[in-house]
Amino acid sequence: MQTIQRINPCEEIKLAPPGGWRARLLRFLNQNGRWVVLFSLLLAVALWDTVARLLNLPAFILPRPLQVAERLARALQDGSLIRHSAFTLLEVLLGLFAGSLTATVLGYFLARFHFLDRLLSPYLVASQAIPVVAIAPLLVIWFGSGIFSKILICSLIVFFPVLVNTVVGLRAVPENLRDLMRSLRATPWQMLRYLELPAALPVLLGGLRIGATLSVIGAVVGEFVGSDIGLGFLVNVARGQYDTALVFVAVFTLIAMALSLYGLVILLEKRLLAWQKCSGGF
Amino acid sequence: MISPISPALQVRNLTMIFPAEREGLVALQDLSFSLAAQEFVCVLGPSGSGKTTLLRLLAGLLHPTSGEVVFSTNGNGQRAPRIGFVFQQANMMPWRTVLENITLPLELQGTPKEEAIQKAEELVALVGLQGFEHNWPRDLSGGMAQRVALARALIHDPDLLLLDEPFGSLDALTRDQMGAELLRIWQARRKTVLMVTHSISEALLLSDRVLVFTPRPGRVRLDLKVDLPRPRQEEIRYTSRFTELSRRLRRSIG
Ligand SMILES: Nc1ncnc2c1ncn2[C@@H]1O[C@H](COP(=O)(O)OP(=O)(O)OP(=O)(O)O)[C@@H](O)[C@H]1O
Ligand SMILES: [Mg+2]
Repeated sequence: MQTIQRINPCEEIKLAPPGGWRARLLRFLNQNGRWVVLFSLLLAVALWDTVARLLNLPAFILPRPLQVAERLARALQDGSLIRHSAFTLLEVLLGLFAGSLTATVLGYFLARFHFLDRLLSPYLVASQAIPVVAIAPLLVIWFGSGIFSKILICSLIVFFPVLVNTVVGLRAVPENLRDLMRSLRATPWQMLRYLELPAALPVLLGGLRIGATLSVIGAVVGEFVGSDIGLGFLVNVARGQYDTALVFVAVFTLIAMALSLYGLVILLEKRLLAWQKCSGGF
Repeated sequence: MISPISPALQVRNLTMIFPAEREGLVALQDLSFSLAAQEFVCVLGPSGSGKTTLLRLLAGLLHPTSGEVVFSTNGNGQRAPRIGFVFQQANMMPWRTVLENITLPLELQGTPKEEAIQKAEELVALVGLQGFEHNWPRDLSGGMAQRVALARALIHDPDLLLLDEPFGSLDALTRDQMGAELLRIWQARRKTVLMVTHSISEALLLSDRVLVFTPRPGRVRLDLKVDLPRPRQEEIRYTSRFTELSRRLRRSIG
C-alpha cells in the first residue's frame, strides 16, 4: 500500500525561510486578518472624525461619527430603520431568487442548445448596453410603484451575470466525465443532477455572489425612482430634509446588507464546495 | 475463432470513418472478431490504429459508419448491455468521495443506497483501498485513482469491461504492480474484458488472446491465443513460453 502525503493546499507555500521585517509584517497581517480589519475600520472612523472636526464642517455636509451613531439609535428606536430595511431586504431577496432562477434555467438551455445561444445571445448582450437606471422609470410606470416593479429591477440586474456564469460553468463540464456518464447510459436528467450541476456549482455560486451585491443596487435604484418605503426611499427623504446623518445611516445599512448577503453565499460555498482545494475567501 | 462458449460479443464488419476536412479519415475498416464470455482479450497496435475508437464504439459513445456490434444480452431484446469503462485518466468526480465515485453506476441504475454502499465496500477491499473510502479524489495518487476507476467499472456487474490503457499514465514500477493486481482482481471477478495496452508483457500476463492491429486503418493483423496456464502468477513472465509468445507479438507489431 502506498502512503500518501497530505498537504493542505489552502496553506500558502512558503519557499523562503521567514526573515526580514517585510516577511514578518506580511506573516503578521496574514495570521491576524480579523484584527487587522477591525483596526483599519477604527482607523478610518478616527480619520473621518478628525477631518470633520478640523474642517469644522456643518453636520448637514459631513456629520461626525458620533452624530451618525446617535441618529442610528433614534432610527432604531422609532422602528423606522427596521421597517425600511425589512422592505428593501425582501425586494433584494425575492429579486435575487427570481433573477438567478430564470437565468440558471435559461443558461442551461443556452449551454445545451447552440441554436438557442446563437438566436438569443445578440439580444441578451444588447440588453446589457441599457443601464438599469434608464429603464427603471419605465418599469415603475408599467408595473406601479409597489414591490413588484422593484423585484423586477433586482431580477434584471441579477440576471445577466448569473446567466453568463451558468453558461460558462456548464460549457466547462469536462468532456471525459460526460463520456463516463454516457457509457453508463445516463439520462439527460441524470446528466444534469449527477454531473452538470455539481461540476458547474463553483461557477454558479460565483455568479450568485456577484448577483447578491447587484441585487441591493437594483432595489435602491427602484426605490429612488418611485417608492414610499425602503432604504433607497429613506436616503431620498433624508437628503430632502438635510438630515445627512440619516443618509449615512441608510447607506451603512445598505453596505451591511450587501456584505451579509455576500458572506452568506461564501458560507454556502464553504458548505457545498468542501471538496475544492480552497473555497470561499474573498 | 470458434470458442466452446457462446460469444458474449460479436463485432461484425465494423467500419468507422471520421468526417475529416476533405476526405473522411478511416479509423477502422471492416473489423470483425468476437469475444467469448469471461474472456480477457488485449488489443495491441500502433498509435492511431483505432484502438480507442473501437472501445468507444463498443461503449456506445460513437456510432459506426457501417457494421454492427452484437451483445449476447440483446439477442432477445432484453436490455441494453452494461458497460464498465476504465479510461486512460481516472476520470474521478472531484466532488464525490472515493466511495461515492464507486457507487455512481449503481446510483444511476436506481439501486438502493445501502446495497450500493455494501457492494462498493466489497470492491474497496478487492482493489486494496481500505481506509480511503471517505477521501476526496484529490488526495489520491495516480495508481490509487486508477484502482477507484477499476472498482467503479466493476460495481454494476458489467457485461463487458473496457480498459483503455488504464495504467498508461503510471510509472513503470506502479504499472507492473497494477498489472499483477488486475490479474488477481480478474481472477476473483471473471468478466469479459477488452483491454488496450502498449505493453506486450502486460498483455501476455493478463489475456487469453491478443489482437494485434495494423496501422491506420485498423484491422486485425494477428489473433494470438495465449496458452499460458491459469491461474497465473507474475513469475510467469520468466518462463520460456512467455518469452516465445512475446517474441511473436514483437515481430508482428514490427
Ligand atoms: N472524434 C474524432 N474525430 C476525428 N478523428 C478522430 C476522432 N477520434 C479519433 N480520431 C482519429 O482516428 C484515428 C484513430 O484514433 P484512436 O484514438 O482510436 O487511436 P488509438 O489506436 O487509440 O491511438 P493511441 O494508441 O495513440 O491511443 C486517429 O487518426 C485519430 O486522429
Ligand atoms: Mg488510444
